[in-house]
Amino acid sequence: MVRAATIARPQEAQPLAEQRSLWGDALRRFLRNRLAFISLLVLLSLAVAAVFAGQIAPHDPNAQACTTGALRGSSADHLLGTDATCRDVLSRLIHGARVSLSVGVFTAVAVFLIAVPIGALAALSTRLVDNLLMRLTDLTYAFPDLLMIILLSRVLADTAVPGGSVTIIILAISLVGWVTIARLVRAQMLSQREREYVQAAEAMGASRWRIALTHLLPNSLGPVIVAVTFVVPQAIFAEAALSFIGIGVTPPQATWGGMVEAGYSAVYSVPMLVVYPAVAIAITMMAFTFIGDGLRDALDPRTARRLPGRTG
Amino acid sequence: MTGYVLRRLLWLAPVLFFVTLITFVLMHLVPGGPWDTKDRPISPQLREQLESKYGLDEPVWQQFLTFSWNALHGDLGVSFQYQDRSVTEIIREGVEVSAVLGLMALAFALMVGVTLGVVAAVKQNSPIDYASVFLSTFAASTPSFVLGILLIVVFAVQLGWLPVFGWEKAWWLFPNWKQAILPTVTLGALPAAYVARITRASVLEVLQQDYVRTARAKGLHERLVLGRHVLKNAVIPILTVSGPIAASLVTGSFIVETVFAIPGLGKQFVASVFQRDYGMIMGTTIFYAAVIAMANLVVDMMYVVVNPRIRY
Repeated sequence: MVRAATIARPQEAQPLAEQRSLWGDALRRFLRNRLAFISLLVLLSLAVAAVFAGQIAPHDPNAQACTTGALRGSSADHLLGTDATCRDVLSRLIHGARVSLSVGVFTAVAVFLIAVPIGALAALSTRLVDNLLMRLTDLTYAFPDLLMIILLSRVLADTAVPGGSVTIIILAISLVGWVTIARLVRAQMLSQREREYVQAAEAMGASRWRIALTHLLPNSLGPVIVAVTFVVPQAIFAEAALSFIGIGVTPPQATWGGMVEAGYSAVYSVPMLVVYPAVAIAITMMAFTFIGDGLRDALDPRTARRLPGRTG
Repeated sequence: MTGYVLRRLLWLAPVLFFVTLITFVLMHLVPGGPWDTKDRPISPQLREQLESKYGLDEPVWQQFLTFSWNALHGDLGVSFQYQDRSVTEIIREGVEVSAVLGLMALAFALMVGVTLGVVAAVKQNSPIDYASVFLSTFAASTPSFVLGILLIVVFAVQLGWLPVFGWEKAWWLFPNWKQAILPTVTLGALPAAYVARITRASVLEVLQQDYVRTARAKGLHERLVLGRHVLKNAVIPILTVSGPIAASLVTGSFIVETVFAIPGLGKQFVASVFQRDYGMIMGTTIFYAAVIAMANLVVDMMYVVVNPRIRY
């Protein structure tokens, strides 16, 4: 057994720079995808705007003092005009990016952190745990997603959960969203377990933990990462929808969904108040979707070549 | 087949039970009750009277048992916000509207989606193909309320062709066609994009089959090849997804209902979450869960009808 382990080592020790690695190849393929690359640039600029919102935004997003009056179109001072309570629309848009991006990204991270251990546990442990998890996912599928998120966010908002309304929304979406990903992790690991290289590792005497951590997990992650990328636009959508209905982020904090809701009452007089945040939401979601598509094609090049019907 | 359907129907019972249990627990985790609104404080005596009238002073487990027992007999209790109207009655009213809207959106999605998908597949890699792929990607990553509001801004506000919102019954359960267009398109756009994607992939795959080549080789007119051989075989995946789509359209329309002020079930659900209307929340959730479960069952049965090779 000890000898087997020493045989295995030199293979892994080869420098990655010389051989073409899975992730290196994937990165190259991803960057060649024009839509995905442009989306990445769009998102990077959005991220910069979100992080440095305080410095970039020309006005305080909640300040109601403006010189030109409420519901005005664009002017030199207010590039995109002001809303019904005389707040600068551009500044609110920039600050809204903060909410949307953080909800999207943190939800995806939370979903990943919940789903991977649980999915792996289901795949590797006893039948009982596996069955329990699968029945739990069946149950979650019985609820309509958004309705469950609404219910959960109401419950979390009324019980004493630390953190503001943004944290509550992230929690609510993650609690509903992890199930699908956990199922995927489980399916991936189960299918990897039957592969020859795992049998080879077993034959060489690798321990169960070693196989799980160094073989099964990394090889299962590709599709999981792609699926988690698609969680981001879904979460952004959920937050915007909740804020639009009025259950999401508490006003006066600027969010795109909330801006749509506020502008909606003035849709006849100043339709642009609604259009700006709506377009911002659409662009952000589209960028994340294209990046997800690009990642999928990059990580699994066969889908692009083998199936001509699969569209990007 | 009959046995399979019976088993699936039996499986419905535990699912609905747990859905009821989970929703019940979630609601009672929230401190306070339906009468704890800030704007209308009530006296302790009145609260006591109300709570004993609705059985809210009993232990929680007993409330749950009572509710379950009544629900088994088709009585989902009374609504707290609508002057003691029964929940089943309110749900029936809302469902009428939501179902009509959902079915119209489904019809729209299938017509537009299948047409786009077939055209894109037959003219693969042509400008039409790219346009249809782009269109479906756009629709897939634009959230429904964003699309709805953009449509309102263009067609109702700028052009003034259609009303902004409203839903009055004009003929049987259907509204005035002018009122119906925008909500139907808004709700149906996402599934239409999805159907288009699937149709395109499915048709492309069937086009490569040997029997299609044979049909062409024997000199069959291209229209007959498409109609008789390709479409018939390509329809299976479309049927498969239309069940879940129908369920999600009926249950997931609450955002569109909010945008267009349509008095459907989704809008009622959101209102009842706001008002902590326990009876309505429970009733609607159970109803939704049942719809989803039935839709899945119907789809699984359709598999057998469409593809005789599958047996249960």
